[in-house]
Amino acid sequence: MLTILFDGIAYGMLLFVLACGLSVTLGLMNFINLAHGAFAMAGGYCTVVIVNRLGVPFVLGLPIAFLVTAALGALFERTLYVHVYTKPHLDQVLFTIGLVFMAVAATDYVMGSSQQFVQIPQALQGQFNVLGIGMGKYRLLIIVVCGLLTLLLQGILTKTRFGSRLRAAVDDQRVARGLGINVGVVFALTFAFGSGLAGLGGALGAEILGLDPTFPLKYMIYFLIVVTVGGTSSITGPFLASILLGIGDVAGKYYVPTLGAFVIYAIMIVVLLARPQGLFARSAAR
Amino acid sequence: MTPLTGDVAAYLRNRARWSPLEIAFWIFAFATIWLFPGKYLILKDTAILALFALSLDLILGYAGILSLGQAAFFGISGYFAGLVAKYGIINEPVIALLLGGLVAAALGFVTSFLVLRGSDLTRLMVTLGVSLMLYEVANRYSNITGGADGLQGVEVAPILGRFRFDLYGRNGYVYSLIVLFVCFVIARRIVYSPFGLSLRSIKGNALRAAAIGIPVKWRLVAIYTAAAGFAGIAGALLTQTTAFCSLDVFSLDRSADLLLVLIIGGTGYLYGGLIGAVIYKFLQDWIATLTPQYWQFWIGLVLVVIVLLGRDRIGAWNEAARNALYGAFGRLKPRPAAVGSER
Repeated sequence: MLTILFDGIAYGMLLFVLACGLSVTLGLMNFINLAHGAFAMAGGYCTVVIVNRLGVPFVLGLPIAFLVTAALGALFERTLYVHVYTKPHLDQVLFTIGLVFMAVAATDYVMGSSQQFVQIPQALQGQFNVLGIGMGKYRLLIIVVCGLLTLLLQGILTKTRFGSRLRAAVDDQRVARGLGINVGVVFALTFAFGSGLAGLGGALGAEILGLDPTFPLKYMIYFLIVVTVGGTSSITGPFLASILLGIGDVAGKYYVPTLGAFVIYAIMIVVLLARPQGLFARSAAR
Repeated sequence: MTPLTGDVAAYLRNRARWSPLEIAFWIFAFATIWLFPGKYLILKDTAILALFALSLDLILGYAGILSLGQAAFFGISGYFAGLVAKYGIINEPVIALLLGGLVAAALGFVTSFLVLRGSDLTRLMVTLGVSLMLYEVANRYSNITGGADGLQGVEVAPILGRFRFDLYGRNGYVYSLIVLFVCFVIARRIVYSPFGLSLRSIKGNALRAAAIGIPVKWRLVAIYTAAAGFAGIAGALLTQTTAFCSLDVFSLDRSADLLLVLIIGGTGYLYGGLIGAVIYKFLQDWIATLTPQYWQFWIGLVLVVIVLLGRDRIGAWNEAARNALYGAFGRLKPRPAAVGSER
């Protein structure tokens, strides 16, 4: 029981790191980016290559995955995404789905369609046993890393100058521009950072979520659930939503395995009907 | 009848007239039965895809509802048609087809209330969520649906008791084409009616549409339900002509491909779905023979390029081509736009 809770929290934390970049881009630019999962996949494969083939230690592999995906995100943002921001939602959906298709096929071509595994160091395998709760070491690592990241993000968002600029831009883009905030630059940085986080999440999650070329399609819906349920106006909303989703999904798969993800989708639809702006959105939304 | 209502009625009648180009289009469509005897299977798939795209066009192109879950209606009716044929409950394919459409329409009616709330993103999520839920349900009850292996052992009785589904797919194609045509005529009637005009005004500006007395919500419910019915008929057709149905009917790829079809052909006019289906199918066939495993990459590239070039630019090209064709047939487009503008 508590082990399920523990696994669920680890899973939820992972989802949060994967999806929080998406929630910011969506809130900031009102841009529907279905290709977010592709960056997570890029991070995962990047780790597989550098850890398994080049023999870089796993602990070093994670930050490298972050940097590589962030660079990739910045590149795509500057060359492709900028052209699509002002287009209608239909165009954004088509564009990003197209990117997902390309990413899936390209990964299949380069890396093969079979599932990939990251070699995790011995020290991180196995379980602790605390008060009768089995805690996987690796999952504990995920919780610690993701928890620290969350605190860091919260800190950046609330304490730094960049954070206040970002919040201003999310709240009201036009006024923010009027105050002299360069929303384009803020957005590009945020996009790169969000992609980097997704890449890091993909690298960490390769072990738990599985990593194969269909990853972006498989988990796209999960990221979107986190964002739509959590709302886009804060970081705590998506965080709580991911934890809920993680626990719900793990528990659902454990207790009613045959129903699969049905429970999750049902919950999502109900939540969206009751609160179309998201579960934790501030009531004074735009 | 006051002069104005007379004008309006004349305008609507004039708009709804079949142009020579349309007639030529359908003559050609039916001529393919004799023109390409070896290509029945791909032609049949194209006809079904065209019908499916038509259903999405009704809600996306005319009512402006962004949906990623049209596969839900396609799939539920596909399974319905497969199951009734397998267990011999309804042996007449045409009746099963109509009932399949009704089942899908019923689902569309129920879910339409979910879809009408919220923004584009919420709609996207809810439509996607509904089709994914159906996927999970079909997967769960694999003893009925066959699960991942698909529904095996479907034997479809001859159409109207006379025309058997043959190996070459000729009857299947003719059947699909006739169904497509009938559905097209109905959709055309819907679109050119005052009801269709009111949908366009809702798409243009829902608030103003409501202000001039259009019941926005019920109009959207109605068109969503009708579109679901058309999608259902397409799904039932696919099951009947292939005697097979698998979980794949609910997949996201299917809904995403459908968007692509519609974008290639152009949204907001009925032939968009049909032309898009033809282009898409032959494009897919061609790419699949070049790179069987990675055709998805090129489909994705097409999507990205279309968006970057600008959908409206492609639409403009489309419109120019249409106008040129209309001009060649001695009929000018755009037709008189304003009602009673002489006064």
